[in-house]
Amino acid sequence: MTEATPTSVAKRPFLGKIGEVPHLGLVAALVLLAIVGLATRPENFATSSNLVSILALASTIGVITVGMTFVIIGGGIDLSVGAVMALSSVWATTLATQSYGPAVMIVCALLVGTGAGLVNGFLISYGRMVPFIATLAMLVAARGLAQRMSNQRTQLVQQANNAIVELSTTRVLGLPLLVYVFALVVALGWILLNRTTFGRRTYAVGGNPEAARLAGIDVRRHTMLLYGLSGLCCGIAAVLIMARTTTGSSTHGDLYELDAIAAVIIGGTLLTGGRGTIIGSILGLLIFTVITNLFILNGLNTSDQLIAKGLIIVVAVLMQRRGALTGT
Amino acid sequence: MPASPPDTAPLLAMRGIVKRFPGVRALDGVDLEVRAGEVHCLLGQNGAGKSTLIKILSGAHQPDEGEVLLNGEPVRLATPTAAMKQGIATIYQELDLVDGLSVAENILLGHERASFGFTRRGETNRIAADLLRRLGHGEIPPATEVGRLPPAAKQIVSMARALSHDARLIVMDEPSAALAHDEVANLFRIIREITAQGVAVVYISHRLEEIREIGDRVTVLKDGRTVAVGLPATTPTGQVVSLMTGRDVEYVFPPRPAVPEERSEERPEERPEVLRVEGLTVPGVFADVSFSVRAGEIVGLAGLVGSGRSEIIEAVYGARRASGRVLLDGRAVRPGDTTRSVRLGMGLAPEERKAQALLLDQSVARNITLAGLTRYSRFGWMDRRGEAAEAARLIEALDIRPPDPRRPVKTLSGGNQQKAVLARWLVEGRRLLLLDEPTRGVDVGARAELYAVIRRLADDGVAVLLVSSEVPEVLGLADRVLVVREGRIVHEAPAVDLDEHRVLDLVMVSTNEESRVD
Repeated sequence: MTEATPTSVAKRPFLGKIGEVPHLGLVAALVLLAIVGLATRPENFATSSNLVSILALASTIGVITVGMTFVIIGGGIDLSVGAVMALSSVWATTLATQSYGPAVMIVCALLVGTGAGLVNGFLISYGRMVPFIATLAMLVAARGLAQRMSNQRTQLVQQANNAIVELSTTRVLGLPLLVYVFALVVALGWILLNRTTFGRRTYAVGGNPEAARLAGIDVRRHTMLLYGLSGLCCGIAAVLIMARTTTGSSTHGDLYELDAIAAVIIGGTLLTGGRGTIIGSILGLLIFTVITNLFILNGLNTSDQLIAKGLIIVVAVLMQRRGALTGT
Repeated sequence: MPASPPDTAPLLAMRGIVKRFPGVRALDGVDLEVRAGEVHCLLGQNGAGKSTLIKILSGAHQPDEGEVLLNGEPVRLATPTAAMKQGIATIYQELDLVDGLSVAENILLGHERASFGFTRRGETNRIAADLLRRLGHGEIPPATEVGRLPPAAKQIVSMARALSHDARLIVMDEPSAALAHDEVANLFRIIREITAQGVAVVYISHRLEEIREIGDRVTVLKDGRTVAVGLPATTPTGQVVSLMTGRDVEYVFPPRPAVPEERSEERPEERPEVLRVEGLTVPGVFADVSFSVRAGEIVGLAGLVGSGRSEIIEAVYGARRASGRVLLDGRAVRPGDTTRSVRLGMGLAPEERKAQALLLDQSVARNITLAGLTRYSRFGWMDRRGEAAEAARLIEALDIRPPDPRRPVKTLSGGNQQKAVLARWLVEGRRLLLLDEPTRGVDVGARAELYAVIRRLADDGVAVLLVSSEVPEVLGLADRVLVVREGRIVHEAPAVDLDEHRVLDLVMVSTNEESRVD
């Protein structure tokens, strides 16, 4: 990046320079997957119940992906998202928390998530730890704390707090409420990234931290806030998973960090920071989710599904590289 | 074309080397001829093309035109490895050693002695010890981790590495920069020993007296061209300096504001002091730096790379921790808190434009507005129309070409990129601008425009502190000049009272001569 390579064409994610429409490659891939779905399972794929289940499945990781997009554009990485979500869900479903009712449970989940995120951010910004290591430590520790709090048991959401579960059972216009929560988070994330000084600083901090610092941006504070934001997203995701599964558990969100990071990368966000979009990440996530769905509908086993996902990541990144190379 | 018989051919001949970078011709027809067993010095001011030339020699860059001959045979140095195979080793200023490996492992890095992938430690250490002894430094233990060695010993290790490749030609880029005086003497002794064995050395240094001491012949570069090939090193310093400085490009400097003679005693004093620096010190880099800059005044810091000038600027800006005091309009700058510095009204155009100032992937507009995001926002919400209007205004005011605010800034030429960096600070309330090498990598035409912009800023009452390696630039643009040498301000004078020779003298005199000059 530091070499003086003049590029004349802005890089587009995924399929390179096809047209001027951003994310066209990702949309094309989704359409392709839909065609595969229609061709292989015409009776199941396009049903409303299947589409709803795809969206519901995408919602939890989707919220986390929004936070992850911010962190990665800001030049970092957050490996702890799945574990922090699990910890939030456990903390919010302890008997003590549940006794205060659903509102407090939600606030608790959000606070625990944000708190864990801020701890990550503090270690990285002020403790000068490498993001990979700081959040890896949080991954392990948060998972352990969640196990300890729950005695490794799954904690049910009590009948009295069913309001939370209604997020997944109540439907508006055919879609469960949690899909709207997801959409809201995406919309707010998009606005934050594209229309506020916070978003601008995120791109600056990730793209060239030294330039950002010399331009008067408080890089360390901003970095800490980015991880706090990612933690908040984990808290929201914890509420969604409690709604979907009616439980809080230390096993929730296992390997979510990998799915979220993969979605962000497929969406065209640079892992080195400074460039990326929320929409791209969400499309990347939908591609992942639809693949999962197709494999389930066709009765294929999960191992093949993992292989397919691995291939998708490789292909997506190669395509982006090609775009980058032809743009040079 | 070169019909010279191989046995009398020089060890190395470079002919008509041209190297272009986007927007600049870094080398524009350079010739170099090095004989076996000689110390050949390469001289030139910063930006003259020395680094580019040695990068071509070491295989890191490819020339766009010209040929390289070794013993009369044309060669292509496609990669650093290829250059190494031809017997050309380069010791860079920032030594490229691996701190975590041992001395011996570093010396044999890239051609390790191994059987079936297992390193032969005994043999490695023996070879390393032999090479170190050959350099007269058998006391450096081959098994020590390089990170624990002092700079002088690291230099020896680098040289041993060069010899391990059976180098016929060793390029040394400012080898004395990191060394104390007695260590330099030792370096020279080693250089004499290896040249006595027939190895040629290309020696780059800013210290002219070193060149007289160690050099056999001198090649002088200026603005990417050779102005003298193979002069004897005994050439009088004055002549060498004029070769380095005499230019064919005329710098066009804007006129200084007419300070009427009759009022000249009072007027500069009337203007308020914007910046006051007291006893600024970073141990080992610069010490006890004190000066002030008044509103509307351009103060230039002249000094060599490594003299501490850039570090002074960074410390003034609060980007580098230092002891001492920096006051802007009487308010203290906090070390490490650039956010506060910007709020107080400072702006910095740093030395490394791409690494320190620009978001290369982002648009010109976003680069311009980076330092003033709160100015174009309300409660954190970007006022995109206001931002776009301001960017468009500044692009027009500075004549940034092409005038497209949405273009990625990396597609602009160096001069226009620099204008974008300056534009960032052309907002109301700026009190002090710190400009570190504002015209590096900028072509002549764009330079004149940048000079005009800087002068216009000063006329508007902004205080300017300018660092440049190019003495004419400092003399032409600044009102007052501070000469920095080895971390101290050694001279201060109005620019009109100085000339290029005088400044170069002040800047280059070595430590031991210092007392006699001042």
